[in-house]
Amino acid sequence: MQLIPCPWCGPREEVEFHYGGQAHVSYPADPAALSDEEWARFVFFRDNPRGPFAERWSHTAGCRRWFNAVRDTRSYELHAVYRLDEERPVTT
Amino acid sequence: MSADFRLPSGGRIDRDTRLRFTFNGQSLAGRKGDTLASALLANGLHQVTTSIKYGRPRGIMAAGVEEPNALVQVAEPFSEPMLTATTVELCDGLVADGLVGHGRLDTEPDTARYDAKHAHCDVLVVGAGPAGLAAALTAARAGSRVVLVDDQNEAGGSLLGRDDYLDERSSDAWVCDVIAELAAAPDVLLLDRTTAFGAYQDGFVLALQRRTDDLGFDAPRHVSRHRIWRIRAKQTVIATGAHERPIVFSDNDRPGIMLAGAARTYLHRYGVQVGRRIGVFTTNDSAYHAAIELAEAGMDVPVLIDARHTVPPKLSAECATRGIDVYPGHVVTGTEGQERLTDVHIRSITGGHADTVVCDTLLVSGGWNPAVHLFSQLGGSLRYAPELGAYVPGESLSSARVAGSAAGAIELMACIEQGAEAGRAAVTAAGFRPAAEIPVPFADARADEAAATVLWRVPGSENAEEDTQFVDLQRDVTVSDVTRATGAGLESLEHVKRYTTIGTAHDQGKTSGMLAAAIVAEELGADLADRRPTTFRPPYTSVSFAALGGRDRGELYDPIRVTALHDWHVAHGAEFEDVGQWKRARHYPRQGEDMHAAVLRECRAAREGVALMDGSTLGKIDLQGPDAAELLDMLYTNMMSTLKVGRIRYGVMCGIDGMVIDDGTVIRLADDHFLLTTTTGNAAMVLDWIEEWLQTEWPHLRVFATSVTEHWVTVPLVGPKSRDVLAAVAPDLDVSNDAFGFMTWQDAVLDVADGIPARICRISFSGELAYEINVNAWDGLALWEALINAGEPYGITPYGTETMHVLRAEKGYPIVGQDTDGTVTPQDLGMSWAVSKKKADFIGKRSFSRAENLRPDRKQLVGLVPADPTVLLPEGAHIIESDHLPEPPVRMLGHVTSSYDSAALGRTFALALLRSGRDRIGEKLYAPVDDQLVPVTVTETVLYDKEGARRDG
Repeated sequence: MQLIPCPWCGPREEVEFHYGGQAHVSYPADPAALSDEEWARFVFFRDNPRGPFAERWSHTAGCRRWFNAVRDTRSYELHAVYRLDEERPVTT
Repeated sequence: MSADFRLPSGGRIDRDTRLRFTFNGQSLAGRKGDTLASALLANGLHQVTTSIKYGRPRGIMAAGVEEPNALVQVAEPFSEPMLTATTVELCDGLVADGLVGHGRLDTEPDTARYDAKHAHCDVLVVGAGPAGLAAALTAARAGSRVVLVDDQNEAGGSLLGRDDYLDERSSDAWVCDVIAELAAAPDVLLLDRTTAFGAYQDGFVLALQRRTDDLGFDAPRHVSRHRIWRIRAKQTVIATGAHERPIVFSDNDRPGIMLAGAARTYLHRYGVQVGRRIGVFTTNDSAYHAAIELAEAGMDVPVLIDARHTVPPKLSAECATRGIDVYPGHVVTGTEGQERLTDVHIRSITGGHADTVVCDTLLVSGGWNPAVHLFSQLGGSLRYAPELGAYVPGESLSSARVAGSAAGAIELMACIEQGAEAGRAAVTAAGFRPAAEIPVPFADARADEAAATVLWRVPGSENAEEDTQFVDLQRDVTVSDVTRATGAGLESLEHVKRYTTIGTAHDQGKTSGMLAAAIVAEELGADLADRRPTTFRPPYTSVSFAALGGRDRGELYDPIRVTALHDWHVAHGAEFEDVGQWKRARHYPRQGEDMHAAVLRECRAAREGVALMDGSTLGKIDLQGPDAAELLDMLYTNMMSTLKVGRIRYGVMCGIDGMVIDDGTVIRLADDHFLLTTTTGNAAMVLDWIEEWLQTEWPHLRVFATSVTEHWVTVPLVGPKSRDVLAAVAPDLDVSNDAFGFMTWQDAVLDVADGIPARICRISFSGELAYEINVNAWDGLALWEALINAGEPYGITPYGTETMHVLRAEKGYPIVGQDTDGTVTPQDLGMSWAVSKKKADFIGKRSFSRAENLRPDRKQLVGLVPADPTVLLPEGAHIIESDHLPEPPVRMLGHVTSSYDSAALGRTFALALLRSGRDRIGEKLYAPVDDQLVPVTVTETVLYDKEGARRDG
C-alpha cells in the first residue's frame, strides 16, 4: 500500500485518500457559451498519459483537504504534491 | 520397510518429547521439532499422496515451502486444507491425510482468533539465514529500528541443514550469538514462524506469523492463531535464500526422489535418514556434500551421477574413500518402482556406458533458483544468469536490496559478506551511520571446485502417451504438455503457463517455473536472456482468508450504525434492513403477520389515522456562511437563494453531466444558515461533493459545511390525525394550517419530560398531512414515547422503511438510487418544475441541452399497473412491446424500478423507467416474468391523491 504525502498531514496510507482525476481542469467560466462538443470535452474527456500526470487527491479520512499531485502512472511514484492554488511544479 | 529411520543422535529435535500423530489412518510417532514431513521420513514413509491427474504415487521432495508433492489435509488439532507436510510443525495428536488435488474446507465455523499488527522500522530483513543475520546485525549495531522475519521456528536458514563452521565454531554458535545480540537490542523485533508473503510500494511488506500452530491442542484460546504483520520499512533487505532446482527425466516423480539439499536438511536438522541406499544425481558441487554427509551418517551411497565431464577433484576423492562411485558425464535416464523408488537407470551422455543401480532414494540437484519473489513483486527486473541457470535481480531498487543466495550467491562466505554489505547500505540509506567494522565471521566452508553446469532435462520419450518427464509435479504437467503448447504457437511464458497450468498450483512454480521457462526457450530456439520470466505476484506462500480477514468478521466486518431509537425498535419486534451501514426498521410485524400483511396495515394507518417512523438516518448537513445561498444555487437545480427564512424547499442535485445524484430538502434557518437533508445512503457523498466544489472551484465562497446527521433524531409523524398528535405534545404551538403551513418549519418546546426543544418541519414524503419532528439525539426516545402515548387514542402505528417506500411510490416520488441509476435527468423523472429557468448556471445545467439529453426516446419515469391487480412485478423486470416473446434480441423498452402492493389502491402497482414513457401513458405493454408475459398499462407516476388534497389534512 502506497504512502501519499498529504501537504498538510504528511505521509499517510493510500486508503485514507480519495482520487479526483486529472488536475487543472477548471469549471468553465460560462458553460452556456460552449458548444456541445466543448462542453462534452470538459465533462467526459480526460488525459490518460503513460508517465507523469497531474491529478487531484483528497485526504478524505484525514484533513479532508484537496490537493494536487504529480504521479507517474507507470511506477505510481509521486513526484510532487502541491496546493490547489499552486502552479504544477517542474518535475523530472 | 523398517520403521526407524531416525539416527541415534544429531538433529535439532527434542528427542525427549515424543509426539503421537496419525497419518492416513496410521498411528505414528515423531519428536518435538519435527515437521510432519520429517516425522514421516523418520518412519520410513516417503509417499504422501497420489497425483491429481494420473494418480501416480508422490512423495516428499523438499524440506520447505517449495514442496510440490506432499500436500496434506489436516483434521486435528485444527482443520485446515491443503498444507504441505514440509511446513506443518508436528504436534501431539495431529491427524492428517495425504491430499489428492483440492483441499476440503471445513463446514464448521473457524473459532480461532486471527489478528493483525502494524510495525514500523528503518530496516526490515526478510530471512534469518547467514545473509539475513549479517544484515540485521549490521543494521542493529548502527542503532536503527530493525525487524527480522523468518519463516522457520528458529533462525539459521540454510545453516540449519548443513554442518558448516564459522570462526572455527559450529555455525550454530554464531547464529545463537547473533540472535542473542539482536534480542537484547532495544529496537529490534524478531519474528520467527513468520513468512513475508507480499512486498508492496513504499516499503510495505505483509507477513504471516503462525503463533500457536506448533502448540497443537495446548494452544491458548486467547492468543491469535495467525497474525498478519503490516510492516512499513524505510529499507528492506531481501535475504530469502534459494530453492534447489530439480532435473527433469523420465519417471522423475517417484516417492524416494528428493532434492539433495532437502536430504541434508532432514539429516542435520531432524536426525533423519531419508533412505537406506541412496543415489545422487547432480550438475554442481553441492550434492557432493550431501552424498558425503549422508555416507558419513551411515547411509549407503553407491553412486553419484554428475552431468559434468569435469568433476571436483577433491570432493570426488572424498567420495571414493567412502565407497561412492562418481560417474562423470552421466545422467539419470529413468527410474523404477511403484510406491517407492527401487532402481535408477543411468547412461553416459556421450553414449556407450549404461547401467541400472538399485536405490531406494535418489537425490537430485540441478542448481539453485534464487528466491527473487519479493524483489520481483516490488517491480524489480530480473536478469538471466547463465552460470546459475536461473533469474537473479537485474537492478538495484532504492529501498530494497537482495543479499545472499537470493541474489545468486552460492558460497557461504559470499552470502554473509553480501548480507553485511546490504545491511550497511540499507542502514546508511535510512539515515544511520553504520559501524566502521562489519562483523563477518570467517566461513571455512569450501569454495566450489568445479563450475556447475546447467541441465534442464534428460531427453526421454516425447510420445505424449508415454511421457513421464514431469515438469510441474503438482499439476502433473509433462515435457510433452509444454511442447504441445509451443507447438500450438504459444511463445510467451505467460501463455504457456495458462495453457498448461504449469506454476499455477499451491507452490506457484517454485520448483517448476524455471524448468518450464527453459524448456519453452529450448523448444523455441530462444535465449533465456532475451525472454521474460512470468511475473511474481503476492502471496509468496498460501495465506488463509481467515488470517487476512483477521478480526474483521461477523459483527466487526463492517461498522454498524444504529439510531438513538434502535433499542425501542428491537424491543417492539422490528425487522431490520441494511441501508449502507445503517440498520433501519423495515416493518413491525404483529403476531402472525408476514411483511406483506404488516406493510398493508402500516400503510393504512398512515393514510387513515396516524403513523410514525424513525427517519433519523436521513443525511443532514449544516451549511453556514454569508455565501451559503450562492453555493446552494449552484448545487441544486432549483433556486434556493430566494427561499425565505422559515421555509423549506425540495431540491434536486445533479452531476456536471446533468444526471440526478441526490435529492432532499433545504431549510432556511437564517440568511446565512441552512440545513440540507440528503438520502440516507448519500449523506457522505453529498458532503464530499460540497467540500470538493468549495475547495477546488469556489474557494472564494465563505461557507462551512458540517455533517449533523447523528446530532438529530428525526421522526416523521404522518396521517390525517398527525396534527392532533402534534398538538398534544406541543401545546404551545399553533398547529393550524394557516399558522403552520406546508413546507415551513417552527421551533417549539415540547411538553415532554421537562420540556424538550424541537424543530418541526411540515414536510410530507407520503402525500398525507405530515410533520418531521427533529430533536436532540438524546431526547429522541422521550419524543418517540410521547408521540406513541399521545397517538394512542388514534391508533398510532410505527412503520418501517417498506411502508415509507409504498407511500412515496403511490405518490410517484422517486428514490434516488432506486428509481434512478446515474443515467436519469430531472426531466426524465418528470421534475422539470424543479429545474430553474432563471439561474444563469448551476451544476448540470449545460448538460440538459446536450442533444443526447433532449432525445424524445429517453427513458422516463412512469407508473405501471398490471392487468391482474394481484400480480406483483419483480423489481428489475424488463418491459417489452409485443404480447409474445420474439426471437432474440428482444427490444427492451425499460425496466421496473419499484413495485409494491398498495392498500390505498387495493392493487399492485409499479414505477418504471420506460423509453418515451410519458408518450406511452395508456399503452398496454408486457413484462416477461419467468415464462409469462404480464400485461401492464402505463400510467402517470402519481397514482394516489393526484390533486394533492390530503396534504393539509
